Amino acid sequence: MGTFKTKTKKNKINGNTFLLLVTILLFVVMYVAGMIVFEDKGFAKPQMFLNLFINNAGLLVIAVGQTIVMITAGIDISVGSVTALVCMVMANQMENHGVSAYVAVMMALGIGLIYGVVQGFLVSYLEIQPFIVSLAGLFFGRGLTSMISTEMIAIKNKTFLAWANYKIYLPIGSYSRQGKFRPAYVFPSVVIALIIVLIVALIMKFSKFGREVYAVGGNAQSAMMMGLNVKKTKFKAYVMSGFLAGCGGFLFCLNSCSGFVEQAKGLEMDAISASVIGGTLLSGGVGTPFGTIFGVLIKGTIQQLITTQGTLSSWWVRIVLSALLCFFIVLQAIIGKMKKKA
Amino acid sequence: MSNRKKAYTTTKSGHGIRQITSMRLFLPIVCLLAVLLVNVITTPNFFVISMSGNGVLSGYIVDVVNRASELVILAVGMTLVTAASGGQDISVGAVMAVAAAVCCQILSGGEVSVNSLANPIILGIVAAILASALCGAFNGFLVAKLNIQPMVATLILFTAGRGIAQLVTNGQITYIRVGSYQVMGGYIGKCPIPTPIFIAIAVVIIVSLILKKTALGLYIESVGINGTASRLVGLNSTMIKFLTYVICGVMAGIAGVVASSRIYSADANNIGLNLEMDAILAVALGGNVLGGGKFSLMGSVIGAYTIQALTTTLYAMSVKGDQLPVYKAIVVIIIVIIQSPVFKQFLANRKAKQASVVKGGN
Repeated sequence: MGTFKTKTKKNKINGNTFLLLVTILLFVVMYVAGMIVFEDKGFAKPQMFLNLFINNAGLLVIAVGQTIVMITAGIDISVGSVTALVCMVMANQMENHGVSAYVAVMMALGIGLIYGVVQGFLVSYLEIQPFIVSLAGLFFGRGLTSMISTEMIAIKNKTFLAWANYKIYLPIGSYSRQGKFRPAYVFPSVVIALIIVLIVALIMKFSKFGREVYAVGGNAQSAMMMGLNVKKTKFKAYVMSGFLAGCGGFLFCLNSCSGFVEQAKGLEMDAISASVIGGTLLSGGVGTPFGTIFGVLIKGTIQQLITTQGTLSSWWVRIVLSALLCFFIVLQAIIGKMKKKA
Repeated sequence: MSNRKKAYTTTKSGHGIRQITSMRLFLPIVCLLAVLLVNVITTPNFFVISMSGNGVLSGYIVDVVNRASELVILAVGMTLVTAASGGQDISVGAVMAVAAAVCCQILSGGEVSVNSLANPIILGIVAAILASALCGAFNGFLVAKLNIQPMVATLILFTAGRGIAQLVTNGQITYIRVGSYQVMGGYIGKCPIPTPIFIAIAVVIIVSLILKKTALGLYIESVGINGTASRLVGLNSTMIKFLTYVICGVMAGIAGVVASSRIYSADANNIGLNLEMDAILAVALGGNVLGGGKFSLMGSVIGAYTIQALTTTLYAMSVKGDQLPVYKAIVVIIIVIIQSPVFKQFLANRKAKQASVVKGGN
């Protein structure tokens, strides 16, 4: 067992670190380039950097969940529609049924958990391809959302809005034209997201479950021979991803304060590309929540660059992100091939 | 019934596990009959075909067959991809949008709405099919050459495709208000049968002829069952996988042109929307194992008609378009559970029989 562990560590250094370095470098280059080019539009302000987190708090949590599933060599493309469903249920329950904000949050987490349990069961115990299962989940969630309401529901619940709009000021900031100090701020959603990511990162690094996930993803056969319960581990990974998708949906809702059918469309793509760009291997066994954070930041930076630029259509975000995903997938494939030869 | 016989003979080639092959087409036909039966009960005039005033056939069944055309075309491509690579191409809907955008943009010469063609129709169609073949080649390169899981590889175009289509049309809906362009989605001259039906039938016949007359069909199956073994016996499995993706792209292109001809425009956001799900569903419903290997083209075709019949039924039951995916997702999950080896094993164990697991090749 000891030898097995050292071996995986060696592999990690080869593949993961290199990809992660590329990612971090890419992020820094992109952001610095943005700061230089769009300096007049305020790109260099600290608030702009914090906006990356504010806009992507939900995605951060969802992408980390996606990372766990992808480490087990699976995939979950239902997260976008789970988010839409969560937002819609929360909005609908709070506005039309007078449910309190606390209960609505519980509902959000419950929906995520149910999704995770069902999909996890189908994937791990019935051995159905994760893609098919979660594709069905994607359409199911989106359809269910439109069953609740095809109209947009704006959230007016006072408790909820108080959570959403509470500004946490930071000691850093920028000066306005009049020389007045404007402190930078974040919303509670960012703090929650970062805490969740930290917890998940600790679980993945130090807990038995985390190690099992890496072992199962690296080589399910040898993990089984080592006496690990492969099915159970996979199941747990999907449950965790589903639960995190529920959390992410709640954070997403804090940001948008509304529920509508088209919400979070293509979020699964963002989550997957954030994981892949952050150094998670599609073949499983390699990846960290830490890397995924950078993946999300890169996605946010692309979005911010394109909105700041102003004239390009929003379609470019998806296209650039797809191209980047493609680039990293190809890079992974090449590294994988080189490894095989060596 | 003739369908069944024909499909039976197609599947019989390969291995002689007659029981399983006959079972394969058993499921799709039962499904189709079940859906039709429900329709007959709920809408008594379901099978009534009448000539409407303008010399055109009309009726529920004509509508189902007509509307299913794009799906049939897509299902053909999807079947081959599934069989060869054990994964699905989820970009077909987006590729349809790209093909439609390219076609309309060339025909309109860059204008938003035209009443006369800027270029000959054939040029537009050829360009559209080339563009979609290129998309297929891109997918095929990622899957076959770089060994990336099919669904992840096609996910790239699934999201980027509609964006590309938007870029081609400059974010607008391009209208081609020319009678001759509407032929492919409408009617040829005074022929009472809608053209898409002919196109779908032609595509199915051509592809099945190619698969039958050449060894391609056999090669695809053997690559799908065991890629490494196929390579060792001298098949170029990379090339065969690549080819199936190109074919799938071309099919999506044809479907895209038909869909755009129906509405004589290129609507990048809506052409082929959610159709990838239907196409996968058609393949699964056709009794094909989604893990690859042996396939039945005719099964998928029957599957496609079943799906369209189901869609029409749901519409008739006043289910809204947005809500259709819920039912379809449930059907997909039920089918894949029935197909899953674990479930089969479970059933086999229950019957206390010797479990002969169907190897899907994975």
